[in-house]
Amino acid sequence: MALAVVERRVDNPVEQPSVERPVVYNTSGCNLWYGDHHALKNINLEMREKEVTAIIGPSGCGKSTYIKTLNRMIDLVPNVRTSGTIEYRGRDIFSKEFRVEELRTRVGMVFQKPNPFPKSIFENVAFSLRIHGIKNKKLVHERVEKSLRQAAIWDEVKDRLHENAYGLSGGQQQRLCIARSLALEPDVLLMDEPTSALDPVSTLKVEELVHELKEKYSIIIVTHNMQQAARISDKTAFFLNGEVVEYDTTDKIFNRPSDSRTEDYISGRFG
Amino acid sequence: MKTNETEKSSIQSMLDKKYRDGRAGRGEKIIPVLLFLMAAVSVATTIGIVLTLIIETFSFFKQIPITEFFTETEWYPFSETQATYGILPLIVGTLKITLIAGVTAIPIGLAVAIYLSEYASRRVTKVMKPVLEVLAGVPTIVYGFFALTFVTPLIRSLFPSVEMFNAISPGIVVGIMIIPTVVSLSVDALSSVPTAVRQGSLALGATKWETTWRVAIPAALSGIIASIVLALSRAIGETMIVSIAAGSTPTASLELTSSLQTMTSYIVQVTGGDAGYGTTIYYSIYAVGFTLFLFTLFMNMLAQRISKRFREAY
Ligand SMILES: Nc1ncnc2c1ncn2[C@@H]1O[C@H](COP(=O)(O)OP(=O)(O)O)[C@@H](O)[C@H]1O
Ligand SMILES: [Mg+2]
Repeated sequence: MALAVVERRVDNPVEQPSVERPVVYNTSGCNLWYGDHHALKNINLEMREKEVTAIIGPSGCGKSTYIKTLNRMIDLVPNVRTSGTIEYRGRDIFSKEFRVEELRTRVGMVFQKPNPFPKSIFENVAFSLRIHGIKNKKLVHERVEKSLRQAAIWDEVKDRLHENAYGLSGGQQQRLCIARSLALEPDVLLMDEPTSALDPVSTLKVEELVHELKEKYSIIIVTHNMQQAARISDKTAFFLNGEVVEYDTTDKIFNRPSDSRTEDYISGRFG
Repeated sequence: MKTNETEKSSIQSMLDKKYRDGRAGRGEKIIPVLLFLMAAVSVATTIGIVLTLIIETFSFFKQIPITEFFTETEWYPFSETQATYGILPLIVGTLKITLIAGVTAIPIGLAVAIYLSEYASRRVTKVMKPVLEVLAGVPTIVYGFFALTFVTPLIRSLFPSVEMFNAISPGIVVGIMIIPTVVSLSVDALSSVPTAVRQGSLALGATKWETTWRVAIPAALSGIIASIVLALSRAIGETMIVSIAAGSTPTASLELTSSLQTMTSYIVQVTGGDAGYGTTIYYSIYAVGFTLFLFTLFMNMLAQRISKRFREAY
């Protein structure tokens, strides 16, 4: 498995670490406890604009916990305690002045299992515009169409916009959820194993989509499919038991990992 | 190895015995027969009741033309000289009570349901649920006395023009009685909306209330409406509270502050009195009962249709 990755990477060995892009998320000394369970341990990560950052690691290592912390969806879990800081564009996401609703309009999220609203396809995408007070009909229509196009699902749904979203296939529902999270033109897109519930064809579609979206959005994607991480990401963070073992360019992580545990993991020796 | 074999063979020999004496599975044939008989008895009883209702209703319409029953606007069965049987006043009385009950129960019931399913912590739910179950278990005659001896005097102390028997007090108390129905079915409807769907909304920057109001409630709407229809159906059929606190004056007036009579309380009045068998008054309770039956049947069917649609959603 690792071999295949190596081969592909050999074709273009030098990944130009172009001019350093601005930092979107800066996590420093972040810890998180579920009750007594220490789930994130001293996380330090810097994520940059218009890059795809993959988070990989075995089940239960804290990938979802971390990504849910980034948009504070973790607040919904009772008895959670955090320490350290996470800054989104220089603003402390835990501070009282930064409303959690605002954070979530800047940072969209796509979940592991597609979770469309039991509403029409159109209303699914228009929902966030409506709750944030955008009433202009023309603008709403434009945004809905554009988001559906960006999510590569427009052609499949343009003639059935007013049908219930539950009539779509799983892969279509997931792309609808991506469209939904793009409607507010967010800055960052968080994706927690967005393809784990999808068939291979839909998975490929979503992967291509991530590749295109990267032009406009910073993407942080959790995956436990290492080939996926290798295919689509610029940077990769390897999590193990709540710690970041290694964080570097994807090329480096997959071809010249500096920690033996990373090497073990990507060569499939555990996990 | 050896012990294993002997054990197995001894179990097998037990099974041999079981099947040899022919008793095995004998009950299996009787059980469905018994169950069918039980089902048949209950269906037959229901059919019997409806048939009696229909037959006696026909007897009534032999004495009183059906046109009078539906077009006459006065209900004076006890008049010595000129008895009139126009159902309208009893329907108006029933609807007045139902309306007040609905106005009381729907907002409170929905608020409680939304609170319990969306906001309350486990601890609060643990306390509130048994309280509501007790509310649902209180005998309606107790509610009746509560209306007459507590709510009515309270209303009269605030608004002295309200009479001793009126629509407001029993209406409110019938409303209190049906709150648990609204709450429990609406909570069921709301909690069947997947958490993941709510999270989808919160992750878009919606507040908790926006998520409740624009995602959870619309998703549960048909279940919520079904709960309201079912609760109103109970209000229509409610008997004790109105018999005790609403009075016994059949009137088609829409006034809420004076004595009235509902379909159910008329039936109670007659069965409690001494209307002889075979008299017109005696038959009239069947005609009224049948009308009531049509009302509640319609409501229940409506509730069922609505909630079926809702179950298909997920
Ligand atoms: N709601 C929760 N309450 C308590 N412990 C949790 C909760 N969610 C996750 N955990 C624990 O935190 C650890 C990390 O979980 P998670 O972030 O979901 O892992 P991953 O997404 O990498 O598989 C696991 O040990 C898991 O059991
Ligand atoms: Mg996970």
